[in-house]
Amino acid sequence: MQARLLVPSPHPRGEAKIALTGVAHRYGNEVAALKEVTLDIAAGEFVCLLGPSGCGKSTLLYALAGHVTPSGGRITIDGKQVAGPSPERLLVFQEPALFPWLTARQNLAFALRAKGLSRRKADARAMDFLKRVQLQGFEGALPHQLSGGMQMRVSLARALAMDPAVLLMDEPFGALDAQTRADMHRLLQSVWTESRKTVVFVTHDVREALVLGDRVVVLAGRPGRVLQDLQVKLPRPRDPDDEVLVTLSRHVRQLIRTARQEESALATGEVHRHAQEHPPAPGARRVLGALAGGVGPPR
Amino acid sequence: MLLLVGWGLLAKVGPWPHYLLPSPDGVGASLVAMTSDGRLGTAVGRSLRRLAQGYAIAASLGIPLGILLARSELMRATLRPLVLGLQALPSICWLPLALLWFGLSEAAILFVVVMGSLLAISIATEDGVLSIPPQLLRVAGTLGVRGPRFLFGVLLPAALPGILTGLKLGFSFAWRALLAGELLFVSGGLGELLTTGRELLDVAQVMAVMVAIVVVGMVIDRWVFGLLEKRVRSRWGLVES
Repeated sequence: MQARLLVPSPHPRGEAKIALTGVAHRYGNEVAALKEVTLDIAAGEFVCLLGPSGCGKSTLLYALAGHVTPSGGRITIDGKQVAGPSPERLLVFQEPALFPWLTARQNLAFALRAKGLSRRKADARAMDFLKRVQLQGFEGALPHQLSGGMQMRVSLARALAMDPAVLLMDEPFGALDAQTRADMHRLLQSVWTESRKTVVFVTHDVREALVLGDRVVVLAGRPGRVLQDLQVKLPRPRDPDDEVLVTLSRHVRQLIRTARQEESALATGEVHRHAQEHPPAPGARRVLGALAGGVGPPR
Repeated sequence: MLLLVGWGLLAKVGPWPHYLLPSPDGVGASLVAMTSDGRLGTAVGRSLRRLAQGYAIAASLGIPLGILLARSELMRATLRPLVLGLQALPSICWLPLALLWFGLSEAAILFVVVMGSLLAISIATEDGVLSIPPQLLRVAGTLGVRGPRFLFGVLLPAALPGILTGLKLGFSFAWRALLAGELLFVSGGLGELLTTGRELLDVAQVMAVMVAIVVVGMVIDRWVFGLLEKRVRSRWGLVES
């Protein structure tokens, strides 16, 4: 049964909500942060971008949000090219990023008013979404009076209340303690199951990616590129301590490690040019084969 | 208290004649006399009215100027060196220019007050805007908060603690500039009361007016700005609760 839980994502797929074609990025004249990333994301899909720090996953997310203009390639959402930030592609940061002078409710209402809602509608919607993240009774509290996890919940409620077409999350739970983090995973899963938003979620935590994602896209760094693109076929809600999930996350970690080892072995030769000519690296493909034998069926 | 007693003793036994170093009760008596015949009240009133006018102009120009300095590359490149340079000029140095431009008038004093506090306010505002956490600006961007709603709903409140510091500093500069201006030509404020005291060789009056100036300045600083700052800082979560 385990064999079918983690399978390579099929290509090509149906209508893509978000399409990245050959996206590359360099900061100034520095090393390439991203190289030739091509990825299709379907509507209602929960995609986790998984990778070590410095692999360009955040750059990719910021490019999706329109905060970074990639130096090469195309990003389209619903067929339209991304140009600049928009509340339709809402970013959720690692920090709650609440306005400190506004109460929890006002933080939501302020954003909703900017979206054009009337004062009364904005207030009602704010209360509704605070309730969804189980913060009823705290609507009048200022951010600094709330715990880190509660602040993050307000931030999540604000993002959800804005009802964006795409929700982009940049390690939103990275700064939380393990318990609060698990709570947030549960909450996000239940809210997502209700709303079925398209979510792109950046993380470096394998288990977090497997708990949340329909699809886990493993990125490798320097230059950032797609190493693996896997579908997670575990039933929801998922439990991070579920044995199957723990086994899977061990597999994925092993996979990443092997790919990296092969790469560094290659790197001793004249790999650099080689890797640039054949992304993803051939090592990664072999690993995928190995994975297909062990965890998922070969295509 | 101890200082007062020391001063009293020094005035009594010291080698200085009492018309140069009056005793504390002499100063107190002068203060009471000036208060009861209304001279002090009128002078404080006139000085404060001028201060309010000049300060209001300085704040309403200084805050926008500070925001522009922080947000516009062009303004940074062109105006910033000028602002920083002029900031080094003691405010009273504007007086000769003011007299030439506006003559011996209210406008001249107001000009000195404005120039004395405007730059401090705009520099502190600039600083306040520049020290807004970038995260807040980014979140405003991603939430689609733009235009006036961004200016009044995000930028100004986020910079408010810094702006308030600037306003406080600007106030003490304005108060100094005002008195310097009032001292130098007849104007009917606290400055004139000081000058009159000097002309009449009434050291007690001079000292009494000085006390009044300190008290007015401190009361405004403590009660107006102190309280305002405290409220903002606690709302913004900038103090340990």
